[in-house]
This record gives sequence, C-alpha cells and structure tokens, in this order.
Amino acid sequence: MLSVLLSRLRVEEKALLEELDRRHVAYEVLDTRTLAFRLDELDLPYQGALCREVSHHRAHYAARLLEHAGVPVVNSAAAIALCGDKLLTTLALRRAGLPTPRTLVTLTAEAAIGELPSFGYPAVVKPVVGSWGRLAARLSDDEAAQGVLEHRAALPGAHQHITYIQQFVGRPGRDIRGLVAGEEVLGAVYRTATHWRTNTARDAVTSLCPVDADLEKILLDTAAAVGPGVYGIDVLEDADGALYVNEVNHTPEFHGAAEVLGTGLADRYVNYVLDQVKS
Amino acid sequence: MEKGDGLMALSCPECESEVSPPEPVRQHEVLECPDCRAELEVIAVEPVVLALAPEIEEDWGE
Ligand SMILES: Nc1ncnc2c1ncn2[C@@H]1O[C@H](COP(=O)(O)OP(=O)(O)O)[C@@H](O)[C@H]1O
Ligand SMILES: [Mg+2]
Ligand SMILES: [Zn+2]
Repeated sequence: MLSVLLSRLRVEEKALLEELDRRHVAYEVLDTRTLAFRLDELDLPYQGALCREVSHHRAHYAARLLEHAGVPVVNSAAAIALCGDKLLTTLALRRAGLPTPRTLVTLTAEAAIGELPSFGYPAVVKPVVGSWGRLAARLSDDEAAQGVLEHRAALPGAHQHITYIQQFVGRPGRDIRGLVAGEEVLGAVYRTATHWRTNTARDAVTSLCPVDADLEKILLDTAAAVGPGVYGIDVLEDADGALYVNEVNHTPEFHGAAEVLGTGLADRYVNYVLDQVKS
Repeated sequence: MEKGDGLMALSCPECESEVSPPEPVRQHEVLECPDCRAELEVIAVEPVVLALAPEIEEDWGE
C-alpha cells in the first residue's frame, strides 16, 4: 500500500488522489498533523509514500521518519531538506555549474546593509525557507534596503536573520516554471504578473513556454544537481534571454501549469512515484 | 477512499451562511465561504463536517 502524506488538500493533491483512484492503487492518506511515531515500534505497512505536505518542516521530518522505517518517499527527505532551503539549493546548483543570479549572503540582516551599495540594485531579499513569494522584497536603493533589512532584523525567528539576497533578474513580471519528474521534463510555462513576484499563488497568469534545448538542459541539470525527484523549477530570464535557475520547489504546485499543459501532469507525476516505490 | 457524498446544506462555522462543498468532497479539502471568505477545512466526510482551516504558517508552500 502507498501512503500519501498531507494536511491541506490543494488542487494538486486532489488531482493526484484522483489519479490513484483511477488506477485502483491502494493508498492511505496520512494527516501529518496527527501522526505519531514510536521509534521503538516502527513497523509501517507501506511500500512507499508520496509526500504532498504543505509545511516544509513537517514534510521533511515525516519523510525522514518514513525513510528510517524503510519506506521510500517521493520526494526524498534529502531532496526536501535541500530544496526547502534556498541557500542550500543555490550552493548545490553552483557546485554543479548551473547559472544562478548573483547572490549575497550574510548571517545577520544588519551585515547586509553595508554590503548592498557595492552589490548593487535592484536586488531581492527573501527568506531561506518560504514560498508563494511571501516576505520576498525588492530593494531598489539604499533607503529601501535599510528599511526592509531593519524589519528583517526585528523578525522573531532566528532563521529569518540569515539574509539571502539576489541580484534582480529582469524581465520584470515574468518567469518560467519548469516541471521535471526524474529525467523527464513534463513541461514548462511562463508565469506573468503585473507584480514582480510571479507566483501562481499570487495570481500570475500562465502561458505555454516552449522547452527548447537550452531550457531542457537547464531543467534536467538542475534536477540532477538536487537529486532524483519531482520538481517545480523556477527559472529567470534576463533582458538578453540568458537563463538563471532561481529556486527548486520540492512539492510543486501545478494547477497553473495544468491549465496550459493539460491534465496529463498528474498522470505522469503518479507514474514517476509508482516507479520509484516499486519494490 | 476518503470521499463522501454530502450534498446537504452546511453552514459556515464562522458566519453561519450556507456553504455547498463540491462533489465528491474529500477529507482535508479546503473551501472558501462565499460570504465571509473564511477558509474552511473538511474535517470529516460522512457526514461532512466543516471547521475553520488553520492559518497559513511561515514554512508553508511548494
Ligand atoms: N532575483 C530575482 N529577480 C527577479 N525576480 C525574482 C527574483 N527572485 C524572485 N523573483 C520573483 O519572485 C517570485 C518568488 O520568488 P522565489 O525565489 O521563486 O520564491 P518563492 O519560494 O516564494 O516562490 C519569483 O517567481 C519571481 O517572479
Ligand atoms: Mg518560486
Ligand atoms: Zn462564512
């Protein structure tokens, strides 16, 4: 039997469960909010797990625990830990030689204030763990940077003080979301918005992005750099059309992409998952 | 699995207006109350029970 880890059932989880139903795959939904693991009696009846948990930390630890019990999880705990942290992801991408935006990292928010004038504007600061464009701020000049970074310094979580800043890669208002499962590109869409943050969760509009050889290579190399799994990869284009990998999402949402790429996405996602957990 | 048919009049736990979940409704699904726009979670399906959905936390996302 397959287990499906989740708490909030989004459009994607619904589509994936429908796909499992359609194939008559036996599964059990595990609500991560009520799970309890006795480490001395870890005997789980699952042949594998599909992790679709919306909370990064719950997803990561649930996957670690299942893997510890011998249950393979898609995505793996290692992939979740890596991709859930934008700095760790960037380090892995750079190590693999992938193009990433110029990046400045400081371990306190204050330390970035003095660095930014020479790093240059516009820049973008965002939490190392976070999603949906939340708390990402565009810094246009010293004054804006000082204001935002002082606010970040006052945030309560120690994690929020790790300061991750990228050069702003414009073409404002559009980026690319590529979907990859294993060694297959499922497709790509442009996400266009009136705001500089083009998250579908912020109501960006999706349209078809042709996957040419360059984009395909970047997407597959990115997936290879973070390890096997199903990923939503955000790619930025600069004014000259050069591509930069921005981040990798380990529990990708694809309802925006599905509007353009069709309903086969859940099907291919499930194919990949079943392939990975097959004993 | 985890599906139920609950085409009964349900009321929003926040504002008491009528909410009709889509068919078939699944456990853990989140609906928006058409009146007060509160996010409601389907916490049981047979019969359907709605509760206020938890607030988004800072580590939520893709
Ligand atoms: N360095 C950047 N240059 C230009 N736009 C950016 C940059 N970083 C983020 N964005 C925009 O903000 C959105 C959200 O940022 P992202 O790094 O993908 O974080 P999240 O995990 O919140 O989606 C991106 O989809 C993109 O539109
Ligand atoms: Mg993103
Ligand atoms: Zn209501």
